[in-house]
Amino acid sequence: MNGKRIVVDPVTRIEGHLRIEAEVENGKIVDAWSAGTMVRGIETILKGRDPRDAWALVGRVCGVCTSTHSLTSVRAVEDALGIKVPPNAELIRNLMFHTLYLQDHVVHFYHLHALDWVDVVSALKADPNEVSRIQRSISKWSKSSPGYFKDVQDRIKKFVASGQLGIFANGYWGHKAYKLPPEINLLGVAHYLEALEWQKEVVKIHTIFGGKHPHPNLVVGGMPCSINLNEVNAINMERLNLVHKLLKEAQEFVSQVYIPDIMAVAPYYLDWAGIGGGLSNYLAYGDLPTGGYEDVKSFRLPRGAVLDRNLNEVQEVNAKDMDQIKEGIGHSWYEYSGGDDVTLHPFDGETKFNYTGPKPPYEHLDVDKKYSWIKTPRWKGHAMEVGPLSRMLVGYAAKQPDIVGIVNDTLGALKLPATVLFSTLGRTAARALESSLISGWALDDYQSLINNIKNGDERTFNPVSWEPSSWPSTAQGVGLTEAPRGALAHFIKIKDQKIENYQLVVPTTWNGSPRDAKGQRSAFEASLIGTPVADLEQPLEIIRTIHSFDPCLACAVHLYSEKGEHVHQLNTF
Amino acid sequence: MDNKTNQKQTIWELAQEKGYNRRDFLKFCGWIGAAAGIASTQLGRVVYALENNPRPPLIWLHFQECTCCSESFIKSDHPLVADVVLDLVSLDYTETLQAASGHQAETAMKQTMEKYKGEYILLVEGSIPTKDDGIHCCIGGRSALQILEEAAKDAKAIIAWGNCAFAGCVQAAKPNPTGATPVRKLVHGKPIINVPGCPPIADVMAGVVVHLLTFGRIPELDAQGRPKAFYGRRIHDTCYRRANYDAGLFVETFDDANAKKGYCLYKMGCRGPVTYNACAVTKWNGGVSFPIQSGHGCIGCSEADFWDQGPLYQHLPETAGFGIEATADKIGAAAAVATVAGVAAHFVTANLTKHGEIQDRVKGSKE
Repeated sequence: MNGKRIVVDPVTRIEGHLRIEAEVENGKIVDAWSAGTMVRGIETILKGRDPRDAWALVGRVCGVCTSTHSLTSVRAVEDALGIKVPPNAELIRNLMFHTLYLQDHVVHFYHLHALDWVDVVSALKADPNEVSRIQRSISKWSKSSPGYFKDVQDRIKKFVASGQLGIFANGYWGHKAYKLPPEINLLGVAHYLEALEWQKEVVKIHTIFGGKHPHPNLVVGGMPCSINLNEVNAINMERLNLVHKLLKEAQEFVSQVYIPDIMAVAPYYLDWAGIGGGLSNYLAYGDLPTGGYEDVKSFRLPRGAVLDRNLNEVQEVNAKDMDQIKEGIGHSWYEYSGGDDVTLHPFDGETKFNYTGPKPPYEHLDVDKKYSWIKTPRWKGHAMEVGPLSRMLVGYAAKQPDIVGIVNDTLGALKLPATVLFSTLGRTAARALESSLISGWALDDYQSLINNIKNGDERTFNPVSWEPSSWPSTAQGVGLTEAPRGALAHFIKIKDQKIENYQLVVPTTWNGSPRDAKGQRSAFEASLIGTPVADLEQPLEIIRTIHSFDPCLACAVHLYSEKGEHVHQLNTF
Repeated sequence: MDNKTNQKQTIWELAQEKGYNRRDFLKFCGWIGAAAGIASTQLGRVVYALENNPRPPLIWLHFQECTCCSESFIKSDHPLVADVVLDLVSLDYTETLQAASGHQAETAMKQTMEKYKGEYILLVEGSIPTKDDGIHCCIGGRSALQILEEAAKDAKAIIAWGNCAFAGCVQAAKPNPTGATPVRKLVHGKPIINVPGCPPIADVMAGVVVHLLTFGRIPELDAQGRPKAFYGRRIHDTCYRRANYDAGLFVETFDDANAKKGYCLYKMGCRGPVTYNACAVTKWNGGVSFPIQSGHGCIGCSEADFWDQGPLYQHLPETAGFGIEATADKIGAAAAVATVAGVAAHFVTANLTKHGEIQDRVKGSKE
């Protein structure tokens, strides 16, 4: 190796524990390795438990994309047991999902990703009058006066002057890859603070329907909250009004702050429309049903795969097809009874810890061998990228009119060709466009819920298969969702009313996994090849591309279901 | 950024510079005092502390967790999380929010540990895997165990966030494949404040931090190291649906006629009778609701080993000294004895007299 090995560990402003090692030659990355360094073993813990409890346990896989795993789990159990949820339950689940998308995407952009583009120190030099002028030119957002921006700037100045820099300490401030003028940096800082305050409001929709956030409650068969317009102890008009108000505020925040900010920042970073593309294959399971989860055609986010960046064709995806989704462990700290070269469908998932890495503390991982707790999934043998970009590309290729419209309008406004989407900037932009669509769809779903109630349907739960005594002796099902970070699947096998096997294949498993036994790189690793690194001591460019995926490591590395191990149901009574 | 000085600005000074007047400042002190469960007679101490103390340095470690505690913390309503992070404390290390990555992040932590030796507060989110030399959680090439030992050594106090750091939560549920272990079983000789819940309520988290920095000492704790202000009462004893329990009015299945009236969720497996937390009073996300109010029983997420207490929808076999098959009369009466006082007893008595009538109505609603 002629290049210099750099290590970024911990990668911060993500969920979980991620380590990136990269080989840099002549200022560019020539190879990269992505390692998940934490594992919990939740799948083993699920074995032998009541399938109706699974949503609560797997919900704890991730508190950032909170409720996603719970939703996927109840869908898997409902699929296994043939349960259809009432329309109101589907609409409420959609509303909770919209809420998550909006909160999660906004927090990702402003609090996890923005500091890769926005230089906080530069903001101290901004002219508040000019910031005000820019704000008023890009949107109707009311917080736009020179005095307002001066107050924000003064607050940051005092913070810096205190000498205690807290979360901003040791950032890559002044790095030459920061390109924004001071005024747009200050705009970014102001909206960082506003977004922080707003995001705690929108999640109240989770609290109304699910009792709390993070980790709201769901239930197999529908929703635990009841609708009763004549009762203070149920979802009534006051509760619905609060939901409506929060959704309208969310739409305003996305349309007047988030989208204009993306459009204001993007022109300074157009070189990043040619960096970080990585893989050429995109996978989406689709989501947001409008006519039942069973009817994929009713999904607002279509299901399918795009191969070789061919936006004229959508491949059909079937998670139950035993030949489509398969996981390998060629470079993961597990062992298969069939050896390291076989791949298995999750229904046949077989997992056993086999740590062969260095004993901590260590300097480097041996990347020629096994180097991660993440398994490596493939779709028909292809490495696939998942996430908002994949959803927008699959939707575009499937000619979903809302998606085609917003993508074409945005590219037209920036005078850019569609190829810019296959990049770090494209990923970040796709997340914003999706947020815009979601904020409108959420209000549509709210109206549908009102219409249902108006028509006399108040049901939120289907009790028919609630009692385990009504279940067949064996059953199996798949739950699919489009988590904020991408395609998410849960596979459940039920035997004698208990969980026999439970497997999760999550978005960051697709994106952040180590290379497969054949040496094919997954999305993180592929996207870093060719990325410039101006200063080896400050690898800002690496985290910029990695953050564009919005990694979620606790999701990716929870896998452990030791073959042959039987966990007895604990019953203390 | 140039690390200008060692000069430590007080919160009152910061407030003045931000243009707040004395009255605003006192109002602010009142809010955070309320959040910390501080009696109004003690408000003077809050004001004094915020006027005179510099922002205390905090190191927030992340181990085996799902980040729900951090997500909850940023939902703090009073005080707002931006005010906490910018004005109240100096959050010098947190993998979720900090700008720096890699060795710059580790350097930030080391600098704080050296400069504020014995003064910084250590916050821990997540459990620590102890099997096989800690290989199941490594950060920067070091195991969670190694990092915790080093960071705890010179900490002034430790806050164990959430059920993971308090009791291991889901990864410690049987069979606990990685040997997930809570902080209190690994760190000794340091004050540890356990703030359980999956996650804890945002305003409770902020309340505990503000209490610490205001009084410079830990709040009163129960036998399990939990602040009494927030974990001193059972959900059951503070639940607004308690009257239904005492009266024997129960939800039989989700969304039935009784659920639509907001009856008691005991028969749906509610763990309120065995769970100590502030949910029913403080509520969640700015007081909007809490699980029971939104129709689902409490799952007991602030209690140790709550995942291994039987299926979630199986109702509790007994609550504090009476059997599961007890009639509503007996349950009500026994609960009243177990609870504080005559008010509840009076309430129950009043309900008992109506018992026959109520039973008839329950039957009617099921038909």
